[in-house]
Amino acid sequence: MDQLALLVAATLASGTPLVLAGLGLLINEKAGVLNLGAEGVMLVAAIAGFAAAFATGSDTVAFAAGAAAGAVLAAAFGGLVIWLNTNQYATGLALSLFGYGFSAFVGIGFVGHKLAERTPFEIPWLGQIPFVGPALFRQHPMVYLAIVLVLAAMWFFYRSRAGLVLRAVGESPESAHALGYKVRWIRLGAVVAGGALCGLAGAFLSVVYAPLWVEGLVAGRGWIALALTTFATWRPLRVLLGAYLFGGVTMAQFALQGAGVDVSSQLLTMLPYLATVLVLAVISRNPAWIRINMPASLGKPFHPGA
Amino acid sequence: MLRLEARAQPSKLMSLLSPLLALVLTALLAAALFAAQGKDPARGLAIFFVEPWSNLRQVSELLLKATPLITIALGLAVCYRSDVWNIGAEGQFLLGVLAGGGVALWLTTQGIVLPRALALPLVLAGAVLGGMAWAALTALLRDRFNASEILVSLMLVYVAQQLVNYMVFGPWKDPAGFNFPQTKNFDASTWLPNLLPGTRLHIGLAIALALAALVWVFLFRLFRGYQLQVGGLAPAAARYAGFSARSSLWTALLISGALAGLAGGMEAIGSFRQITPHVSTGLGFTAIIVCFVGRLHPLGIVFAGLLLSMMVIGGELGQSRLSLPNALSGVFQGLLLVLLLACDTLIHYRIRIRSALAAAR
Repeated sequence: MDQLALLVAATLASGTPLVLAGLGLLINEKAGVLNLGAEGVMLVAAIAGFAAAFATGSDTVAFAAGAAAGAVLAAAFGGLVIWLNTNQYATGLALSLFGYGFSAFVGIGFVGHKLAERTPFEIPWLGQIPFVGPALFRQHPMVYLAIVLVLAAMWFFYRSRAGLVLRAVGESPESAHALGYKVRWIRLGAVVAGGALCGLAGAFLSVVYAPLWVEGLVAGRGWIALALTTFATWRPLRVLLGAYLFGGVTMAQFALQGAGVDVSSQLLTMLPYLATVLVLAVISRNPAWIRINMPASLGKPFHPGA
Repeated sequence: MLRLEARAQPSKLMSLLSPLLALVLTALLAAALFAAQGKDPARGLAIFFVEPWSNLRQVSELLLKATPLITIALGLAVCYRSDVWNIGAEGQFLLGVLAGGGVALWLTTQGIVLPRALALPLVLAGAVLGGMAWAALTALLRDRFNASEILVSLMLVYVAQQLVNYMVFGPWKDPAGFNFPQTKNFDASTWLPNLLPGTRLHIGLAIALALAALVWVFLFRLFRGYQLQVGGLAPAAARYAGFSARSSLWTALLISGALAGLAGGMEAIGSFRQITPHVSTGLGFTAIIVCFVGRLHPLGIVFAGLLLSMMVIGGELGQSRLSLPNALSGVFQGLLLVLLLACDTLIHYRIRIRSALAAAR
């Protein structure tokens, strides 16, 4: 029972970076921008957060640094794809490659350092409930904040005027432009917000989840988060559930090893990546369904008429 | 006030100048980064841009590293021209290492010594098939299940890396290797012949250059290559002409898988001569940059391959001479691609400087 509670708790923790990054990419994509640079953004934010936590010992400062790093990189990406109309695939890819190199370069002095394990925040009363308490209510505050952010995003997209405008920009930038909305600036705002969320995800990985820095720490989670938006058919709540599902797959390898299943660790490490491929195939199988749910202008440049 | 104005026609000149402009900007930023590290910028730039050309040994190492980059990038050019976004060449490369290296290892452990004229084609054919099989997975998932080839091909890189680890930590581990995760050394009869005595350069370079010519013929002289490119530039026109998008997808992915696999096989029996967890060095990702800097054109790719190889070597030299982190090479590579894409704007637009007064009018 205790083992199971710990497994559930670990699943929430390992799903949280995916929740944050998936939500950030969802905001991007709702506005029509596909950011393949998520992996690079998360890596740079991870080292920025780690360095900040290492210097100050404060999680708040670390997350602020991670979010700021993510926002700055995303703004550069946004400037390129929104104003210069560079190819979104190639530019995102370039950002990922740059982020990998840059984070490795900056992080060279931090390899081998370890931060103190973060003390989980126990929610009063709820944390004391047997089983449920240790499973759900003794987590780092960011785990709860991620859930709150998802709920906030649901309200924003489906209950607020600004969210409606953002979705309009993603579905039909021409119409939004004709109505007088500044399509490019709205897209930039979405890209920067998405970058900041990816930044939080990166900082969570290096400061809370690991908590250490190694080259390539993010290990493909940026790409998995990209797959997550398709998996969620661009709905915030499904991003949350999908992220925990992937968190669970990641944890399953440890559970299997703990249970004495004799499978090599290399094969178990493949699991999250194989699960991503499998899930993508299952969800994308029906092209019509994807077409209905996907923001119609996703990945397409927008040229406002003169 | 600066303003972008659309050109009536894309500028051919800018298409060629843009990589040079990006390179100059990268060098400027590199100099700034050296200065920020407290190193002499001139010395730093010399290590990245001059020293790799300074003597025969360095040049041969540069050509050695350019070989897989060019080979992989040629396949990627076919993909990107067909609007198929295969970004998992690293995975296809690793499967080439595993399959080609696997054949060489099998010959070695069985004690079979074949004449080179037989052993090399066998090994390289295995490598090509390995790369194609890995790319075929992506093609299958895209074709039958509509799954994004970008994400699938990338995910399969991580799977391929673990597959390499699994093989060298498990079934293929050298029993006499003091428990190190590595295979036996391949028998000398499976090694690629040397091209330049006294250096490590092997005939892979000649193969890569020949392939560049072949890919040029395929893209610009064969109807099949034309079909693929029409599908990439104008899918609707391709459909109207009766060109099958599905068959283009498979062709593009199988060609790029085959070339990435071949590059892996050539590295396996040309440079590594055994398989270790360190065979994955990100060449498949650097090749993406080679492909774009080379303008998706075989001749351009040859030059870009040399350029990026120079940056990789420069990173190693910077580490040994100036004790700069090797990761610096990755920073420059990423910067080069970002700046190139930005400079490419000048192909379709020109910059106009207008006074505020003119703008108001």
